[in-house]
Amino acid sequence: MSEPETQAAPVPAVSRAKDHSPWNWLLFIPIVVPLITLLFNADSPRLFGFPVFYWLQLAFILLGVTTTTLVYQMTKKRR
Amino acid sequence: MWRDHLTEIIVFAVLFLLVSGMGFVAARWRAPNDMAHLDEWGLGGRSFGGWITWFLVGGDLYTAYTFVAVPALLFGAGAAGFFAVPYTIIIYPLVFLVLVRLWSVSHRHGFVTPADFVRKRFDSPTLALIIAITGIVATMPYIALQLVGIEAVLKTMGVTGESTIARHLPIIIAFAILAAYTYQSGLRAPALIAFVKDTLIYIVILVAIVYLPYKLGGWGSIFDAADAKFDKSPSPNDGILLNANNQLQYVTLALGSALALFLYPHSITGVLASRSRDVIKRNMSALPAYSLLLGLIALLGYAAIAAGVTPLPGSTEGTVDNNTVVPLLFEQQFPSWFAGVAFAAIGIGALVPAAIMSIAAANLFTRNIYKEYLNKDASAAQEANVSKITSLVVKVGAVACIVFLDPQFSIDLQLIGGVIILQTLPAVALGLYTRWFHRGALIAGWAAGMGLGMWMLYQIPNPATKRLHFGGSAFPLEKFGFDGSTKTIYVGLVAVAVNLLVAVLLTLVLRAAKVTEGVDGTERDDYFADEGDPRLVPSPREEAEMAAADPAEPAPKV
Repeated sequence: MSEPETQAAPVPAVSRAKDHSPWNWLLFIPIVVPLITLLFNADSPRLFGFPVFYWLQLAFILLGVTTTTLVYQMTKKRR
Repeated sequence: MWRDHLTEIIVFAVLFLLVSGMGFVAARWRAPNDMAHLDEWGLGGRSFGGWITWFLVGGDLYTAYTFVAVPALLFGAGAAGFFAVPYTIIIYPLVFLVLVRLWSVSHRHGFVTPADFVRKRFDSPTLALIIAITGIVATMPYIALQLVGIEAVLKTMGVTGESTIARHLPIIIAFAILAAYTYQSGLRAPALIAFVKDTLIYIVILVAIVYLPYKLGGWGSIFDAADAKFDKSPSPNDGILLNANNQLQYVTLALGSALALFLYPHSITGVLASRSRDVIKRNMSALPAYSLLLGLIALLGYAAIAAGVTPLPGSTEGTVDNNTVVPLLFEQQFPSWFAGVAFAAIGIGALVPAAIMSIAAANLFTRNIYKEYLNKDASAAQEANVSKITSLVVKVGAVACIVFLDPQFSIDLQLIGGVIILQTLPAVALGLYTRWFHRGALIAGWAAGMGLGMWMLYQIPNPATKRLHFGGSAFPLEKFGFDGSTKTIYVGLVAVAVNLLVAVLLTLVLRAAKVTEGVDGTERDDYFADEGDPRLVPSPREEAEMAAADPAEPAPKV
């Protein structure tokens, strides 16, 4: 069943495999990491005058973008 | 003293009229053969591609009120207000995982609202009605809040009057125009206007975040100025960092708000209007650009501290309206014409979400109340017509909220709105993954979550406005019996946890008692259907026939 290329596999099995990709688990990283205040609730080191609290949380946006882009690229249907 | 602000008022008025014109023209943009259908009026033909979806959903989630209130929070309380950033990071992976499934199942079955889905999935018009009413009630104050955003700008420009009517006349006119073009063009109007709104906002903010630090001595000294202000204030819970008391609140508020935001009917409307799963998924990588913008706008609250902005007086004696700090900052630091552009960006920024929200609320009424209970045989044209009229009623209600009630009331209601929309999470979001829950248990869980949420909100005082109840969403753990604890937690998350617990327990009970569960009208495969799927609802016409055939489905007897 895990082999979607199998000719006999019915269509629903293919789409199921696509949607249940283990890559999706990566999406929990940008859901959980921004909630760990331990990581960023500090003033120094500052970056361009921004305390860690601010620049690191803004940097998490990048983490979110990277993860969703990666998961999208890895799970999209090839045409 | 509006004469001192003439340049700003002219720039504001010109831009405002320009987008109003666009709103009316939008009916002809990507025009369908037949506008008299809810899929066309209420979902823009379900055909929006990547760019339009980006502007539409961005303009939808990041409202004018957000742009005014978040910096006001940082201005007033510091770090705690920055929750808006983690909140808008978390939401995208959630949408990526959950709402694409809703898109697929909605396109196969022609659902327009989340309540449509719940009805089919759990075979329960009652549960669908509850979801629909929850959505409408949660959305109404959100629309009213957009007016608070416009009002903050008008106040700064000196456009105020002595009598109630004179003071609110500009807002009434603005909303009448908005109502007229939403009526005519449906979801196409905010989609088109969002282009202008977001372009203006991006320009204004990019200029502000480069120019203001330059003028105020760099970001380092802006943060230092904020730090100095919070050190002097007597409140224990402000500061540029979180303290031991508000960390739990920060985390639960960020998570709870993200869960609430993607359950709001207007977010779902934006997602359902897109063309394919790919469009949604790609947008989840592109939409965080707005989060960056929001984070930077939030910091304008600190820039206002550094610039020595004093907020204008509030609606009652002795209070201040922190929502005016960003407009005031622009007015004091920039030339009038640029301040006018910034004000227009905020004003127009209020119109886009207000339009989408009223459309979403109208769709809920039409599909899940009108069609379900008042006119079961409604034709597609009748549905579209009812929705158009309802959108007008919703906007009149929102304006009435602002004109006749204290604006603070809308802010409180919106706070409650976030808590109550969260109570639809088990049925809508978990329902997309599992049919395990019993429909009766979901209704009971909803009632338990609502009850607890209301009770908790009622218990929260607000010392700043001297109110004893409904003073915020941070619930002191002390009141749960954790004696001596000074920590607070977000009400919504506690309420939805109890909601889930009740739903789980009661599902076990109802199943053991063999209470009938109804028939799941969806199949597993529905949740993965994509653009080009042969079984997607081909023409909206068929949907009416399908719905008409529904009552014939045999319901299992006990």
